[in-house]
Amino acid sequence: MPKVDNSIMTNRDKIISEVKKIVNPDNVLSHIDEIKPYETDALAAYKQIPLLVVLPETVEEVSNVLKYCNENKIKVVPRGAGTGLSGGSLPLKDCILLAMGKFNKIIELDYENRCVVTQPCVTNLAITQAVQDKGFYYAPDPSSQIACSIGGNVAENSGGVHSLKYGATTNNLLGIEVVLMDGTVTRFGGKAMDAEGYDFLGLMTGSEGLLGVITEVTVKILKKPEVVKAALIGFPTVEDAGNCVAEIIAKGCIPAGMEIMDKALTKATNDYSKAGYPIDAEGMMIVEFDGTEHEVDAYIEKVKNIAEKNNSSSLKISKSNEERLKFWAGRKAAFPACGVLAPDYMCMDGSIPRGKLAEVLKEISRLSKKYDLPVANAFHAGDGNLHPLIMFDANNPESLRKCEEFGADILKYCVKVGGALTGEHGVGIEKRELMCEAFNDKDIQQQLKIKVALDPNSLLNPGKVYPILRKCAEEGRVHVHGGKTKFPDIPRF
Amino acid sequence: MSMEEKQNSQTFLDFNQNIFNPSSREEIAEIIRNCYKKNIPLEINGSKSKNKIGRNFQAEKTLDLTSYSGIIDYKPEELYIKVKAGTPINSIIEELDKHDQQLAFEPVDFGFLFNGKSNNGTIGGVISCNFAGPRRFKVGSARDHLLGFQGINGKGEIIKSGGTVVKNVTGYDLCKLISGSFGTLSVLTELSVKVLPKPQSSKTLIINNPHIKKAIEYLGTALSSSSDPSGGVFYPEQFDQSFTFNDLTHKGALTAIRIEGPSNSVDHRIKNLSAELGLLENEYSILESVQTKIFWNKTKNLEIFSNSKKNLLRIVVPISETLSVLQKMKPYEINYFLDWGGSLIWVELEKINLKILREIKDIMQQHSGYFTIIKVEDDLKASADIFTIDPIKYKISEKIKKSFDPKRIFNPGKMYSGI
Repeated sequence: MPKVDNSIMTNRDKIISEVKKIVNPDNVLSHIDEIKPYETDALAAYKQIPLLVVLPETVEEVSNVLKYCNENKIKVVPRGAGTGLSGGSLPLKDCILLAMGKFNKIIELDYENRCVVTQPCVTNLAITQAVQDKGFYYAPDPSSQIACSIGGNVAENSGGVHSLKYGATTNNLLGIEVVLMDGTVTRFGGKAMDAEGYDFLGLMTGSEGLLGVITEVTVKILKKPEVVKAALIGFPTVEDAGNCVAEIIAKGCIPAGMEIMDKALTKATNDYSKAGYPIDAEGMMIVEFDGTEHEVDAYIEKVKNIAEKNNSSSLKISKSNEERLKFWAGRKAAFPACGVLAPDYMCMDGSIPRGKLAEVLKEISRLSKKYDLPVANAFHAGDGNLHPLIMFDANNPESLRKCEEFGADILKYCVKVGGALTGEHGVGIEKRELMCEAFNDKDIQQQLKIKVALDPNSLLNPGKVYPILRKCAEEGRVHVHGGKTKFPDIPRF
Repeated sequence: MSMEEKQNSQTFLDFNQNIFNPSSREEIAEIIRNCYKKNIPLEINGSKSKNKIGRNFQAEKTLDLTSYSGIIDYKPEELYIKVKAGTPINSIIEELDKHDQQLAFEPVDFGFLFNGKSNNGTIGGVISCNFAGPRRFKVGSARDHLLGFQGINGKGEIIKSGGTVVKNVTGYDLCKLISGSFGTLSVLTELSVKVLPKPQSSKTLIINNPHIKKAIEYLGTALSSSSDPSGGVFYPEQFDQSFTFNDLTHKGALTAIRIEGPSNSVDHRIKNLSAELGLLENEYSILESVQTKIFWNKTKNLEIFSNSKKNLLRIVVPISETLSVLQKMKPYEINYFLDWGGSLIWVELEKINLKILREIKDIMQQHSGYFTIIKVEDDLKASADIFTIDPIKYKISEKIKKSFDPKRIFNPGKMYSGI
């Protein structure tokens, strides 16, 4: 992490008293018991107590704090719900942690313009809940949607299982209000689409809290589809499953969601949740369509034919919404199911071209033998997002080291076959050192120049995303010990 | 010779010419490095289909990218096409047609407006201008379909961002930043663009309705319904000569809603939608697929303004504001039609001057919208703001510009004076 500024540490009391003058003093937390809960986000392997925690209540307070910090060269780490899996809101020892938890109100439900204006710490799911009585919903659905904040979704450009058809956060966002490090308050986008000029809305989305602090979000909402149906399909080989995915897309079908699990994960999740999966299948696919009844039936029929052509060994179509949810129940229990198999596991988050699935799984299987660690794979086949779960024992340092090397090798391979280091969890501190696998020095320098343009003193969330040392370290995963992840009850990926 | 040496060599460039027509990335980079060293501003062009949009500016030399053209990689099953920036949109469409795929954001063909005939331009130009067609409210704009790019910054350094996969959150999303930047940040070299299957069937529900207020209601209801439309326009009566179709049973103003998807689903949704809108049988017509294609191409390509000698503004507002904005615009004797379900207003004005532009700007501010001058008489173009910007965003834009193009050699002043 960036070097600790000792002058900040020695001036802690002075800083606390000054900050108390510019925000409601009740919302400045400095006692160890008050600030300890903020020491980590959902990448719980990393912990750091911040200098102090500020819980602003108004945009003006956010602006005052940033301006003060900018003038006094104090680092700031913004935080939403703290459910991020890449350590994006991990505090620094000499930082003010700006926890946005009090920005938790929905401001406007605007059905005429089909959008919702909300404060950033409203949860993703709360937006859908606020509009569902009128038959609307907010499309991006990261698995942690019951707890993750919409502001955090914007910062990380969160996805979900429906990204192929409905896009990620960036494609569903209309506008934001943002405070820059110098305290400037401005708006990018709004209810009118495609604001003129440079697309700062797009730049801010997925910038992992390095460019500004989001204080208001406007998202578009969609009318709920009439019908949703899913098919559960088993294949004798992963290649067959992969070929089936390619053919579904080549034949012009865009499913709402399409998931593949390998045999290891199918068995583990079926044992855990009794989902009725074909446990003999080497590859199992859940494919879901939404729309009108006619449309969905037409697509499901098409998929049935394509699956048969690709040697499917079993096929079940949901006859009711309950049955459809049962199909998903096992898939969504992937984390706890793996928790039963091993004391610890790491969840990786690489993106790959859909057609490379079989090749990448073969490589993962080879690496699994090389490192002598079992692995189970879940794959958002629709959008090419692969989540291998590596099982290990964190109490054994050698096992942990091997697991880390294994994880880094997987991500490097994802990049090698034309994919990306991270599909939806973000870089944070977790994959920071792997950035040089994806980008060369010139690419990274161009990105850093943008950072400097908006935050010349590099005070806003420093040490995240971009490598500090030029080394491809063996980092890059979510580590869960004995099922004790932060918020263990929240579904993941 | 190593890549580094090759990049630094000046063997293949005659720097005395005023128009550069490079056909390799190395040549483009060398031209830019030279211009950077010598402080020479460049006008960057593709096939010039949209080069009249934007401010007038002076550039000593022109970088013509039309020779840097070709499809690098097209993977229909991976839903992307990777092309060189100077590749004509027509070549891309031709290739995608072979696999029943399309650029879902419907690039606008400005050729009709400026020259009376089609000129779809190049992919580099389409991304740089970020103008999307009628499907915008459903599938997003050009920027939402750019998966990755490679470009050259103002120092001649090759940079990239994104890739070819849809889910990618590695680093800042520069794809968004360069979309709609009118060539002021980076010279684009390679673009990876998302492609999608063409709908099996596509039909249009055309409502016989002369009233703008009612039209906006129809469009609003349609866009908020489960019928999932992919287009919604209103043409007032004066354009009815432009639309003669076998399936169109009435004359006069048109409210049109496009429904796309599998054939049986399209029929079902059109039936549901006409019921939801409370339409009687004699109040609407349905255009079949071929006529639908013609209708929406005409709309997307602004063909009703073909060869127009008048001024054209592109106004975008929240749908709730459209009616008020049109009422306030009435005194200026406008011709208009609505796209994007009512939130995009294409406005043709006979007479325009700085005072009128100022007044329209005020209207936009009152109604949370903005306008872009697409076509305006030459003497006014020199003095008017083509794009609107506030002082805070100007300051940020200035810094971002500098981070890509420190000596302001790319299209200087094309968007804003000083940027």
